[in-house]
Amino acid sequence: MSNVKYILGHFEDPDEMMHGIDKLQENNIGIYDVYTPMPIHGIEEKLGYKRSRLPIAAFCFGITGTLTAISMIYYMLVYDWPMNIGGKPSLAMPDFVPITFELTILFAAYGMMFTFFYANHLFPGRAPRVMDLRATNDRFVIAIDAKTNPYPDKIENLLKEAGAVEVMHNERKYVSYE
Amino acid sequence: MGTNNQHTHNFTQQFEFSGKAKTWSLIAILIGVAAIAYGFLLDPAEYHSERTFANLLLMGYYFTCVCAAGAFFLALQLVTQSAWSAGLIRIPQAFAKVLPIASVILLVICAAGLFSHNLYHHWNLEGITEVGNEHYDAAIAKKAGFLNAPFFLIRLVFFLTIYSIFALVLTRFSDREDLVGGLANYKKSFKISAIFLVIFGFTTPIWAFDTIMSLEAHWFSTMFGWYNFAAMFISGLCAITVTVILLKKAGYMSWVNHNHIHDLGKFVFAFSIFWTYIWFSQFLLIWYANMPEETVYFFKRWEPEYKLWFWLNIVINFLAPVLILMTRDAKRRTNTLLAVCILLLCGHWLDYYLMIMPGTVESNRQFGITELGIFIGFVGLFSFLMMTQLAKKPLAAKNHPFLEESLHHSI
Repeated sequence: MSNVKYILGHFEDPDEMMHGIDKLQENNIGIYDVYTPMPIHGIEEKLGYKRSRLPIAAFCFGITGTLTAISMIYYMLVYDWPMNIGGKPSLAMPDFVPITFELTILFAAYGMMFTFFYANHLFPGRAPRVMDLRATNDRFVIAIDAKTNPYPDKIENLLKEAGAVEVMHNERKYVSYE
Repeated sequence: MGTNNQHTHNFTQQFEFSGKAKTWSLIAILIGVAAIAYGFLLDPAEYHSERTFANLLLMGYYFTCVCAAGAFFLALQLVTQSAWSAGLIRIPQAFAKVLPIASVILLVICAAGLFSHNLYHHWNLEGITEVGNEHYDAAIAKKAGFLNAPFFLIRLVFFLTIYSIFALVLTRFSDREDLVGGLANYKKSFKISAIFLVIFGFTTPIWAFDTIMSLEAHWFSTMFGWYNFAAMFISGLCAITVTVILLKKAGYMSWVNHNHIHDLGKFVFAFSIFWTYIWFSQFLLIWYANMPEETVYFFKRWEPEYKLWFWLNIVINFLAPVLILMTRDAKRRTNTLLAVCILLLCGHWLDYYLMIMPGTVESNRQFGITELGIFIGFVGLFSFLMMTQLAKKPLAAKNHPFLEESLHHSI
């Protein structure tokens, strides 16, 4: 039993990488993930990814912001310390709109950002999880879980046939920790 | 991207304007003509000619705005070098080609309304600038250097001519591109579009001040120009989206897919919010400052005969698109988007109604044969002229440099 955890196929061309994905899928080899230096159209559908749930988080944070703004203004200007401003009623709804809008946006934006960081394990002091550093530069990388997919030689041949310029057998998952 | 360039789209496909579309648009025009005749000759109400003129101005302005929005959309796509819209660019081009005719109609309506004193009588009245005359109005007399009949008409002719010339030049470049190919025409239209957008941006507010805001010449708002621009762009976008969807339903334009429709949906969603933003900015400042010369505008629209419509305007033009089009799926469902766009087109009729009616027929507001008939008539006129232009050229700009990229558009 080898210690190889992940097999990484490096491609120089996105079309060849897409072709490689097809080849692997035809041979029932499960793909762990694909890393590319730029977004590639249609790759999510090909890999069968579910749609991101980030918009739901954004909506929840936005609603929280709206309620925070309304209750805050209501407490300050209507309940706790009503003031006569230009003869307007204390509960002057048009006045509340800009602040409510701003807090909605603020909560949604920051909430979305922190949700994204949390989901991707990105926060200050945390070493980023990168399986192959060249995938952030000039290579298109397909990662295959070697523990669940037997026959590493067959996988290597398939990747090479599809046009992989380099196939790596990594014994650890994230190189960026080294 | 190398491998998937084979497609089966027929870029020389041409729209065939016949059958039901032609019959119904001609019937709509006849309804419009009948409604105008009814409004001028048969309507028993005392304000009948003023009411008919107000409706003609409303629809004439709406019609011109939708066509101008087509030219604006076209120029915007060229200046931003957008690829996604390359496949559907013939539709705003067809709008732009109708702009000269729409401009002439608007000019005739404005001039006839002005000289028959059915429109713009707040500032165009015998002796209104003469001290001692019974009609003398000090506020208007101060504005007479700008608001006088000759200068008003000169401005209107000047703006509409410029817009029409640019609209025709831009479509001409695209048609020539079809014949000769290459990038020369695209590069030229890029420059022309940039010049057009600058001119359009600075002159549309003045156009709106003249045609609509001067109906109530004592009131003024600097937001009004942008408010009208937002209404113009959103109604133009809705008209483009409706046309694209109906053409697709009729089996045309196989190269336009859900991704392009989704982008149009995003545009409609975003500019509905933009319209609300501008509308509310104008409202909030006037409400907060509470100065009588400004609040009079909303005071009139808060009277019982307009109050319901005032609220309905916000519901249709803001709440409906925001709530219905918020999710990604809704923007990709063609029928939902079509329904929202048609609702918004009606909503912006109501928006213009609320801009025009309180300054013309005031409390004698009515909603009946004249309003509905003239609306239908202009919808028919627009459809007829636009589809006639659309049928003249292939539905795809086959030598557009970004057409290939547009086919692969994916969001």
